[in-house]
Amino acid sequence: MTTTYRYFSKSVWLAMGLLAIGLLVVLPILHLGVDKHSSLYVSSYAITLIGKIMCYAILALAMDLVWGYAGILSLGHGVFFALGGYAFGMYLMRGIGADGVYHANVPDFMVFLDWKTLPWFWHGTEHFAYSLLLVVLVPGLLALMFGFFAFRSRIKGVYLSIITQALTFAAMLLFFRNETGFGGNNGFTDFKRVLGYSITAPETRVAIYMLTGLVLLGALLLGRYIVTSKYGRVLAAIRDAESRVMFCGYNPVSYKLFIWTLSAVLSGIAGALYVPQVGIINPSEMSPANSIEIAIWTAVGGRATLIGPILGAVLVNAAKSYLTVSFPDYWLFFLGALFIVVTLYLPHGLMGLLSALRRKITGGWK
Amino acid sequence: MTRSAIYLCCIVLALLSLPARAALDAGQLSKLAADDNDAKVAVVKYLASHPSPEAEAVLTAMDNDALYQNQGRLLIVRGDQAIDAATLQALGPVPDSAESIIVNNRLRGAVQGALSAFKLFSSDLATRLKAARDVKQDPRPEQLPLIQQALAKETNAEIHQDLLLAQASIQISSSNEAERLAAVKILGATNNPEVRTKLADMLIQNNGQYNEASPVVRAAAQQALKSIDLRISLARAAASLFSGLSLGSVLLLAALGLAITYGVMGVINMAHGELLMVGAYATYFVQGWFKTHLPQHFDWYVLAALPIAFLAAAGVGMVMERLVIRRLYGRPLETLLATWGISLILIQLARVSFGAQNVDVANPSWLSGGIEIIQDVVLPWNRIIILGFSMAVLVFMSFLLSRTRLGLFMRAVTQNRAMAGALGVPTGTVDTLAFGLGAGIAGLGGVALSQISNVGPDMGQGYIVDSFMVVVLGGVGQIAGTVYAALGLGIVNKLLESWSGAVIAKIVVLVFIILFIQKRPQGLFALKGRSVD
Repeated sequence: MTTTYRYFSKSVWLAMGLLAIGLLVVLPILHLGVDKHSSLYVSSYAITLIGKIMCYAILALAMDLVWGYAGILSLGHGVFFALGGYAFGMYLMRGIGADGVYHANVPDFMVFLDWKTLPWFWHGTEHFAYSLLLVVLVPGLLALMFGFFAFRSRIKGVYLSIITQALTFAAMLLFFRNETGFGGNNGFTDFKRVLGYSITAPETRVAIYMLTGLVLLGALLLGRYIVTSKYGRVLAAIRDAESRVMFCGYNPVSYKLFIWTLSAVLSGIAGALYVPQVGIINPSEMSPANSIEIAIWTAVGGRATLIGPILGAVLVNAAKSYLTVSFPDYWLFFLGALFIVVTLYLPHGLMGLLSALRRKITGGWK
Repeated sequence: MTRSAIYLCCIVLALLSLPARAALDAGQLSKLAADDNDAKVAVVKYLASHPSPEAEAVLTAMDNDALYQNQGRLLIVRGDQAIDAATLQALGPVPDSAESIIVNNRLRGAVQGALSAFKLFSSDLATRLKAARDVKQDPRPEQLPLIQQALAKETNAEIHQDLLLAQASIQISSSNEAERLAAVKILGATNNPEVRTKLADMLIQNNGQYNEASPVVRAAAQQALKSIDLRISLARAAASLFSGLSLGSVLLLAALGLAITYGVMGVINMAHGELLMVGAYATYFVQGWFKTHLPQHFDWYVLAALPIAFLAAAGVGMVMERLVIRRLYGRPLETLLATWGISLILIQLARVSFGAQNVDVANPSWLSGGIEIIQDVVLPWNRIIILGFSMAVLVFMSFLLSRTRLGLFMRAVTQNRAMAGALGVPTGTVDTLAFGLGAGIAGLGGVALSQISNVGPDMGQGYIVDSFMVVVLGGVGQIAGTVYAALGLGIVNKLLESWSGAVIAKIVVLVFIILFIQKRPQGLFALKGRSVD
């Protein structure tokens, strides 16, 4: 097959490099080094917004790996994202120390519950490294367990989608309870410091922002490495004709399980980067509606293109930030129409549209 | 004939049962004229324990603020005439110097409690029954003489039983061992939680001493407790079984439409919950129309709403099918996303046109209230009727599927589209109609939901996960499976709920379904043989 998608053409590499420099070098300088009243100054609102959208882009990339390359449409990636966020949020909550409203040794919401000591699963969360381990392990293990049972019994397609939706729904209900020990409705918020640095200081924010950008870049390169490898080829074959791959002597379970778990871990990392920038994590991140939105970012950009989902996440979330402020009544109409239009008219997303346009212009496949 | 004779007897007996005429102690009464509220309450207790027409007259007057005092003498004022409170003799016009006796809330409560016991002598059977219920519910020691008098005269078995329980509830604290024993033996039949506490108290040891000294009474108390607890737990179990069935019927209504669109047609419709919402808003609309145009027939608006909700939801469904779903047949994941988009649009439409708040849909009178099986355990009418309604919808649907031409075509198209088309079945139209049918049934579910839960733009979202679980558990393409799955899930959910709380119950059920699908990906009732693929 000569028509495989190329990762990536020279112009795409160039654009990505320029974008990376712009986002990771120029913007931070314009935020930190430029006077606040200068017209070149980049506000902290912009930094936070872009940082947040980059977290979403990581999430969309994770979704692309499972949906685009393995054909597993997950409607429950929000749970992995939120679990990563909660894992790192625990560290941030411990970082508040006795500076909370009640000056207690436990987080404020535990004071409400009249808990005097931390529950067992909070032990060790004051260590940064341990919380990073949790960020990876908790979503990873959940995905591994869930995926093992689901793929082993060959659940796929819509069934799997519905069950992942039930998974995130159940997790949301669980985290809404105060007794679960994660702050109930309100979740975690009011963070003070990370690694001893104030979390509201511009330098800290920029550091987390740049870290997010680097993770996104790394995830993109990792994704490229995976999908162009032999493993990636088998995965795509499983997506297109699972039975045939099985007849050829492959066992699809481990292939699917690996990409599924990796995707969950990526989502968890995205969540962990998201929480310190946004300053809050609560169970609504696990709502089924949030998870299904991730799918539309991926679909808008174009599945199985790696770069498309990032584009989709950026465009949809930029539109969301704009519309929810300027035309709050129309945002859901827009989002709903996006779901319909993209599935009906843009099955390959924007990337598909772009390559179709280019084919028209150059008159051939490039 | 005999019945009226019995009534007559009752009335005569009731009249006879009025306590003997005895003037009240004027010394006691005069305390009512004082300002001391404790003393006043004591007088009310005295009146309650000395039943007589005078006592009743005084209490009634106090309740109506018609009791006055003139120089230490108590008067009951009727119109402009005064009556002596102690003897009920007419005294002529009300003197100008008469002052009203102030009845504060605490005193009024005592007065009304005392008066309720006097109703035990009413000639009206219903009034007596209600009075007996009241004293059974809230027995007061000062009412004991009244209750005993009434007990001696009462002929109605039900009232008699209630009075016996009330008497026993008071006598359980008696100092006489024989009375206590008799009371405890009767109290096995009570449902009053306070009395149960008293019985349990008897068996508690304090410094090596039982609160109840007599071992005979203790044994009887143990026996009584056992029978009370057994009865209460039976009633509770029946109630939670019912609420499970009720939840199951709601799930069934939500899932039946899905059983057609997803189960039979294989279209995954994430906007199904919003079709429920369309039905509920149609009910709201019809209710508003009845309020302005046919207020005298308001009770029947729910029936009128049924066809309208069906047509509204079916219309929305058919438009959806024609414009969107039709283009996505065979691409289930895309259908899922597109219908999710439709659901967002429908939610926002409802929000823009009816407001983001829940709207008010009232129960008609025949759907309010309920049947009380024991005290505090009520089976509400709206839930009972919805249980029946869901069965009716089920019958309607299976009739359509198995006995009509449309049902035949639907089954033909789903089994072999090409062959059905070749034989002249208009497959495209059948698809649209079938989807409309599934949507319309969701609309009917919406009418039912509007009677038991909130009607708002987001109401459909809560049902989508549940109803897919029902269809998945029941097995695709299986209407019978859907029924068993819905009722089973409802009952399991409610039973777990009473044991572990609502949220945990829901999570346990979801986890169970996830595990269940591992074992049986085809659902509870899998298709076998050639129809599998």
